[in-house]
Amino acid sequence: MSISAPLSSGISAEAVRRRLHGQRFDLPGIVVHVALLLSLLFSLVVLGVLVYDLVSGGWDVFASRFASFLSGTMRFAASESGIAQALRGTLWIGVFVVALAFPFGIGAAVYLEEYAPDNRLTRVIDINIRNLAGVPSIVYGILGFAVFVKTLSGLTGGRSVIAGGITLAILVLPVVIITAAEAIRAVPDDLRQGGYGLGATRWEVTRTQVLPYAAPGILTGTVLSLARALGEAAPLILVGAVVGRLGSNPGLFDIGSLDQRFTALPIVITYWAGLPQPDFRALTAAAIVVVLAIVLAANAAAILMRNRYESKRG
Amino acid sequence: MSRPRGTTVPTHETVAAVSTRPDLRRGDEGEGAGSKPLVFGVEDVSVYYGGFRAVRNVDLAIGQQEITAFIGPSGCGKTTMLRCFNRMNDLIPSARIEGTISYHGVNLYEDGVNPVEVRRRIGMVFQKPNPFPKSIYDNIAYGPRIARLDGDMDELVEQALRRAALWDEVKDRLKDLAMGLSGGQQQRLCIARALAVDPEVILMDEPCSALDPIATGRIEDLMEEIKSSYTIIIVTHNMQQAARVSDRCAFFTAEVNETSDTRTGILVEFDRTEKMFSNPADERTENYVTGRFG
Ligand SMILES: Nc1ncnc2c1ncn2[C@@H]1O[C@H](COP(=O)(O)OP(=O)(O)OP(=O)(O)O)[C@@H](O)[C@H]1O
Ligand SMILES: [Mg+2]
Repeated sequence: MSISAPLSSGISAEAVRRRLHGQRFDLPGIVVHVALLLSLLFSLVVLGVLVYDLVSGGWDVFASRFASFLSGTMRFAASESGIAQALRGTLWIGVFVVALAFPFGIGAAVYLEEYAPDNRLTRVIDINIRNLAGVPSIVYGILGFAVFVKTLSGLTGGRSVIAGGITLAILVLPVVIITAAEAIRAVPDDLRQGGYGLGATRWEVTRTQVLPYAAPGILTGTVLSLARALGEAAPLILVGAVVGRLGSNPGLFDIGSLDQRFTALPIVITYWAGLPQPDFRALTAAAIVVVLAIVLAANAAAILMRNRYESKRG
Repeated sequence: MSRPRGTTVPTHETVAAVSTRPDLRRGDEGEGAGSKPLVFGVEDVSVYYGGFRAVRNVDLAIGQQEITAFIGPSGCGKTTMLRCFNRMNDLIPSARIEGTISYHGVNLYEDGVNPVEVRRRIGMVFQKPNPFPKSIYDNIAYGPRIARLDGDMDELVEQALRRAALWDEVKDRLKDLAMGLSGGQQQRLCIARALAVDPEVILMDEPCSALDPIATGRIEDLMEEIKSSYTIIIVTHNMQQAARVSDRCAFFTAEVNETSDTRTGILVEFDRTEKMFSNPADERTENYVTGRFG
């Protein structure tokens, strides 16, 4: 038989079409699809209700006296109270976390992943850091009180924002290490091999290959841990944050008074929320909105930076 | 080269004793590197991954400005052996090497040898293309920058890309990410990247396995062309390629160990390529190069 156009197969196009178009009813698939969608909707609804409740509750404060709310101090009268002292405390806690937890945490992660030999000791340390991340924050408060308020009071000034800031930096350190190590572990080994193959040293490979690739992941982890530190109240109460009225009101950047008594936004929120006067309810909501705004701003900055890095990664 | 060997791990002469010997050839591979000066002398090398012996008792002599091809079935230890030449196996914690590999008479594994310096002189192209997540330009410039080579970087980048037969395809998009290149282009980029640091030796692990015949031909021409200034060791599964480009050829195979049921790579035969393909001494070589392996 000569080679020519293939003969008709004998199956009609109609029959093939019927098979290809056939829709099998996929019940488990549909159930899973709906369940996943519902979980997402549930989270969104809860979040939406929360944000709506807070914003509407604090709206009067923002509308009538936004500036004096931000610049005012803690008073007996709700109409005169503001969060200046608390903002200052929270700002400095953020500074301590960024200045201490970020470099030490990322450094420890780089060491564990790139430098430490893969032996039992390293694994034991790794597991312990994971355990530390699960220790309740109140325990860090006790540590902060014993070490930074009592033992090192000469350095920190006792119940100061220095003691509080260092305590919270230590609190989030394990999380920073774990997330950074996770991001570093996700760097493809091909990149390291390529770098070493061209005669790069370990530090050169780390600096030019590993860290740029891991940067988005490291950034996400560090900013999340910053948000966590800014929202913590319990350990601060233990290291002596002032719950209630605070006499002094130094400027936002008055470094000289970092060793004085302090307060922070989560503390003020806790305090106001417990007061019987209904006027303070609006202040509580307004203060929470301010915390949320700070955390959102930090996250937005992280996302912007991450996008810049990721677009380079290709 | 089917020298009988015991089944136990042989004891080795001390590393220092051999490292200074100018001529490392011994035993019956006397036809070694011929008239060319010796770049690498491999003597009784075995490589282990933990307790698993991946290759054993390899002796080789690699001549300067020659192309040496490593051929053999998958898993016989070609990559493992190749990575010993620039101490890339140091990066695998479980890997361990016995025996000596000397580079111009200096034992690469003696105390005080800095693997970073070794790798600057002995470059590598990997089995899988691994461009950096940077621009095409920065990929090529990476090595020279690390080595702090001075000179016109643009010129250097162009040179390297030209030699790897990639320049015409990428000259208008040097700032684009290297990940956007096709697989074959990526591999040529990796070759260009290795050439950019101007190494003395280039180790190529199946550099053409992702390339079409035209790009393969270009890479082969490239090897032919740069052979006068570089020493090249190439791993390949392509018999024609080995026959076409190499001066010398080493055939490895895996030998099943009855007691532990593991496979250990051995060097079956090492000779001039011509001889390996026309008149091999070992029957296993003949079966492999003629496609009757297995
Ligand atoms: N990092 C490693 N750890 C443990 N064993 C390894 C490692 N790398 C390779 N091996 C083992 O060593 C043996 C030789 O592997 P190698 O990669 O050198 O083979 P190859 O000849 O290059 O094969 P292919 O042609 O498929 O690339 C194999 O049995 C492999 O499983
Ligand atoms: Mg291989």
